Amino acid sequence: MTTRHRTTGGLSETGGHPAAWQGPEIDLTPQRSRVGEKIIRAGLMGSALLSVVVTAGIVLSLLTPLISFFSNVGVGEFLFGTEWTAAFGDKFTWDDKSWGVLPLVVATFMVTAIALVVAVPLGLGAAIYLSEYASERARKVLKPVLELLAGIPTVVYGFLALTIITPILGAFFEFNSIYTALSPGIVMGFMIVPTIASLSEDAMSAVPLALRQGSYALGANRMKTTLRVVFPAALSGIVAAIVLGISRAVGETMIVTIAAGSKAHLTFDPREGAQTMTGFIAQIASGDAPQGSPVYYSLFAVGALLFVITLVINMISIRLVRKYRQAY
Amino acid sequence: MTTATLTLDHGLRKGRRGTLGPSVFAFVLWACLALICAFLFFLLAVIVQKGIARFDLDLVTNQPSKIRPETAGVASALYGTLWVSALTAFIALPLGIAAAVYLEEYAQQNHWWNRMIELNIQNLAAVPTVIYGILVLAFVVRAPLSIGAVVLAGGIALALLILPVVIITTREALRAVPEEIRSGSLALGATLWQTTWRQVLPAAVPGIATGSILALSRAIGEAAPLILVGATTFVTFNPDGVLSRYTTLPVQIFNLVPQDRQEFRDLAYAAILLLILVLLAMNALAIWLRNRYQRRW
Repeated sequence: MTTRHRTTGGLSETGGHPAAWQGPEIDLTPQRSRVGEKIIRAGLMGSALLSVVVTAGIVLSLLTPLISFFSNVGVGEFLFGTEWTAAFGDKFTWDDKSWGVLPLVVATFMVTAIALVVAVPLGLGAAIYLSEYASERARKVLKPVLELLAGIPTVVYGFLALTIITPILGAFFEFNSIYTALSPGIVMGFMIVPTIASLSEDAMSAVPLALRQGSYALGANRMKTTLRVVFPAALSGIVAAIVLGISRAVGETMIVTIAAGSKAHLTFDPREGAQTMTGFIAQIASGDAPQGSPVYYSLFAVGALLFVITLVINMISIRLVRKYRQAY
Repeated sequence: MTTATLTLDHGLRKGRRGTLGPSVFAFVLWACLALICAFLFFLLAVIVQKGIARFDLDLVTNQPSKIRPETAGVASALYGTLWVSALTAFIALPLGIAAAVYLEEYAQQNHWWNRMIELNIQNLAAVPTVIYGILVLAFVVRAPLSIGAVVLAGGIALALLILPVVIITTREALRAVPEEIRSGSLALGATLWQTTWRQVLPAAVPGIATGSILALSRAIGEAAPLILVGATTFVTFNPDGVLSRYTTLPVQIFNLVPQDRQEFRDLAYAAILLLILVLLAMNALAIWLRNRYQRRW
């Protein structure tokens, strides 16, 4: 029969009580067109299921090459090794190279940390201003500007980081090459500002007006109301926004590939160039790695690690968003 | 005197004295936004200033060249972008809208199965874009499908990438259509599909169009997954079908990075200017559509 759904509930119930019908006799059996309805429903459901297929495909495409990779490289060596010398070419064998992924992971999180130092204060400041201070007109102009920042392609950000921002920063810091983690980190920070700002603004706008009015009634000014009432009430949403920003930064590829260099080495100095996980994937892929070579498999190993890390971060963010949606 | 009154008294006095605090706070907030805007306008100014020199007809009519960068263009990349984004729209929009219609109009919202699909889509929306490249590389470019590094592979990669975005924005647009419209249609005897097709979808078109345009503009600017599915090859001909080799504008810009001669830099900036103009136009169209047609019920 018809789906149990808020919009169809009424229909199926009428069909269920033909005895109560007082008017002329009509045929209530499903008409032929209902077969079409079923086909359409199946088609729509198939489209929705495609997303599950995509996820399964991602997991499968990452897992299969992992078997070959980990039969040659120990899991411990991969996860905790501090040297990553995998490079382009198929001349070398598994034993010629070191497969410790830590340098890539450390570089990824270093760039992410720099991005957050830029994006969290700026994004939150912008969000608070837009949600609590800006007039309706100002909001109408400023929100598209933020969207514009999110709309600039990352390859453009990367190119500008390398050719404009790095030379500017070079006047203040001593870089030993044109590649540095600092410059892509800062640019990436601006890239994730819209993510953090718009989600935090949503969370703060969702705080009921009554809470603000209560605060004003107690004599608090706008700043105190914002900091002590609105901000704490929206905190889980704000944290979710930041967590999603972290996920964006960890998975961002082009900016770091272009501006952070292709040297994988363990460093905590943001002035040095450092290859991230995504940077490695892009570097190997742009050289068309021969299928079956060690470096080809390592691409999937790094990809799988990246997928797991971002998956965990995303789940945390989704959980937090649910929490604040339920709150009010 | 109890501690509570003491702190209250203290707080009140502090509040009266600190009249500077709130205005400093407001200024800092304003400065955050000003800095963000300044950064954006600085980038745009740099792009225009450096890109305008080579922003000529050669750029869109000539093919890339490693020997004559001063007259080289990005024709193959421009046509590649058109092909790939058309294909992306062709694949992602029907599938994404259909999935959203199912989840919003047909599915039982609280069934565990549908909640799993929903969670899954939220997750996919935040998966790093390179991962989509790996997926398509593993299944489509190489065995089992083995179609190679062609337009179709790029289109599939970008379609899968924007699919969650299309689904999420379409669902929001459908949710904004008031329940009364559905009830009215169903009460007149229309089936669920007739209601969806004739009433709900037309009412949601502005929202769906806005979301789709923004999703497509994201696909157009994307380079990372395409690098994995082989768009980085040096292509000097326009694609002539979905099984043709290709490159796109963002990938072409990426390819120009290691070339540090001034002529190549100028060409890269001109290509960036072209890409930004296309995206700005699409964004403007989306914003205009939203403001012009979006009805508040």
